[in-house]
Amino acid sequence: MARAVSTRRKVFYTAAAWSVALLIFFPVFWTILTSFKTEASAVASPPQLFSADWTLDNYAEVWGRSDYPRFFWNSVVISVGSTLLGLIIAIPAAWSMAFVPGNRTKDLLMWMLSTKMMPAAAVLIPMYLIFQRTGLFDTRTGLVLALMLMNLPVIVWMLYTYFKEIPSEILEAARMDGASLGKEIIYVLTPMAIPGIASTMLLNIILAWNEAFWTITLTTVNAAPLSAFIASFSAPQGLFYAKLSAASTMAIAPILILGWFSQKQLVRGLTFGAVK
Amino acid sequence: MGKIVLNAVRKSFGEVDVIPGVDLTIEDGEFVVFVGPSGCGKSTLLRLIAGLEDTTSGAIVIDGADATALPPAKRGLAMVFQSYALYPHMTVRKNIMFPLKMAGMEIGEATRRADAAAKVLNLTAYMERRPGQLSGGQRQRVAIGRAIVREPAAFLFDEPLSNLDAALRVNMRQEITELHQSLKTTMIYVTHDQVEAMTMADKIVVLNAGRIEQVGSPLALYNNPGNTFVAGFIGSPKMNLIEGPEAAALGATTIGVRPEHLSVVSEGGWEGVVGLSEHLGSDTFLKVTTDRVGTINVRAGGEVILRPGDRVHLAPQPGKIHRFGADGKAMT
Ligand SMILES: Nc1ncnc2c1ncn2[C@@H]1O[C@H](COP(=O)(O)OP(=O)(O)OP(=O)(O)O)[C@@H](O)[C@H]1O
Ligand SMILES: [Mg+2]
Repeated sequence: MARAVSTRRKVFYTAAAWSVALLIFFPVFWTILTSFKTEASAVASPPQLFSADWTLDNYAEVWGRSDYPRFFWNSVVISVGSTLLGLIIAIPAAWSMAFVPGNRTKDLLMWMLSTKMMPAAAVLIPMYLIFQRTGLFDTRTGLVLALMLMNLPVIVWMLYTYFKEIPSEILEAARMDGASLGKEIIYVLTPMAIPGIASTMLLNIILAWNEAFWTITLTTVNAAPLSAFIASFSAPQGLFYAKLSAASTMAIAPILILGWFSQKQLVRGLTFGAVK
Repeated sequence: MGKIVLNAVRKSFGEVDVIPGVDLTIEDGEFVVFVGPSGCGKSTLLRLIAGLEDTTSGAIVIDGADATALPPAKRGLAMVFQSYALYPHMTVRKNIMFPLKMAGMEIGEATRRADAAAKVLNLTAYMERRPGQLSGGQRQRVAIGRAIVREPAAFLFDEPLSNLDAALRVNMRQEITELHQSLKTTMIYVTHDQVEAMTMADKIVVLNAGRIEQVGSPLALYNNPGNTFVAGFIGSPKMNLIEGPEAAALGATTIGVRPEHLSVVSEGGWEGVVGLSEHLGSDTFLKVTTDRVGTINVRAGGEVILRPGDRVHLAPQPGKIHRFGADGKAMT
């Protein structure tokens, strides 16, 4: 009897999880399907899930009309660059918070996180002006800096949670063994925290890759990443859904593939502090 | 060399004075054991010597040089932690070689030393394993190996055996003692197990609430405890501490008699009823409720067979009664 209940419950939870997953995935799926339709069937009413006239024309046209590789490369540089820079700054910060906490460490962490709750639009004008005046506007360096600052609180927080799990006796042992602070971090702390650092890195690459507000606002041509690439297909030519879908698919494909291959790492990373 | 001197060393965490002030001299080559009840500040004192905690005031002098402000890496001491604190991502070999790598030693010499240490500690077969693939005893040995390769001025041990089972503990205890005899390096060893303290130490430091109660050789503490705290702490089973008229009759506030110094006699002495009797074969432990001195513990020979409810007469052996004054200090 108990067994029957638990099976029924399991079926229920599985069904619920699948429904939520499908609900979240559906727009992406719809976008990908639309990218293979003709413009006419893309806007057909009532909407068709599958259309008979499959075509790759959208991709050919999107590819031909803009410089996809440049946008792609900008996205790679910006997301990876901002994440790596963020890690270099965040590792020592998280080290000090986790292993030599002061009275105000918790407050400091909360304050850092709270900056994430501020609407980005509130600092749009100052950011824009600073970027213009310092020559960072529409440069990859500028975007690396902007996205690094945006994600730094998340990186510090995630690393802090991972570092908290590392017994401080092991770091003390390194100190007794003659390691300087730098060597302690490089030879002992970092290798032990590799799984945590890897998930932090993945998540932040994804966040930076998907970021649209700053990347679109602070670039025009040279440093524009894939978010701007999608945007460029929505505005001037009116709304061509099939082409827009093809552009979107091309923009999200790399990160979807990365996410797919690293999903184990990601899930472990995201549930780390919570479940353990 | 490894002479360590503590001059009025004090440590407080915020408002709390954990170590109110300790003066202590540890001679080169000595095996010193810190004992005391849980929370008395043994680990804190050891960590102050290691440099893992900063002193609030006072000075720590190692081999004549003031080390109070030196970071742990510069003090030339090695530490073995209760949790072993091995580097989980490194093989046993890399763990043992880590201090040498930090010292910038050339790799050939470092490998030679690590191999030599592994041989002494029976670790040769495990050199390429990770700590996670070792038993508790093997991990403990790796931690010791990591400490000895550097040839430190002194070794610090913080309850290194408390995570091992009883049989292994006795084994490792003897190994550490042998290691001390062959290396002749200063060792400071923290434990709350007074059997470890008695068997290993050249000198025992008894701590209570951050203060040193008494310093001396194991036998000196056993034979001449300086006060009631040391009397009750050193020796197992515990000394019987008796107050009241029996003590007053001897001109003391408290008298102490060790369980092994009470004899079962046919008449006279303190008469009482056996409440509990444990026959170990070699010894018989009795708990006796007497009319004149309350409940006392007795350690009699294995040939003494008594059952709960039996009436016995107990007599302290001559010259084995310790007398303590109103301040708890031993009277002479
Ligand atoms: N970082 C700290 N902050 C505040 N109080 C501390 C800190 N470390 C230790 N203490 C306090 O100092 C006292 C001594 O602690 P310590 O760890 O030295 O005891 P111990 O003798 O080693 O005990 P045990 O046998 O249980 O290991 C304890 O009361 C403890 O609560
Ligand atoms: Mg302790």
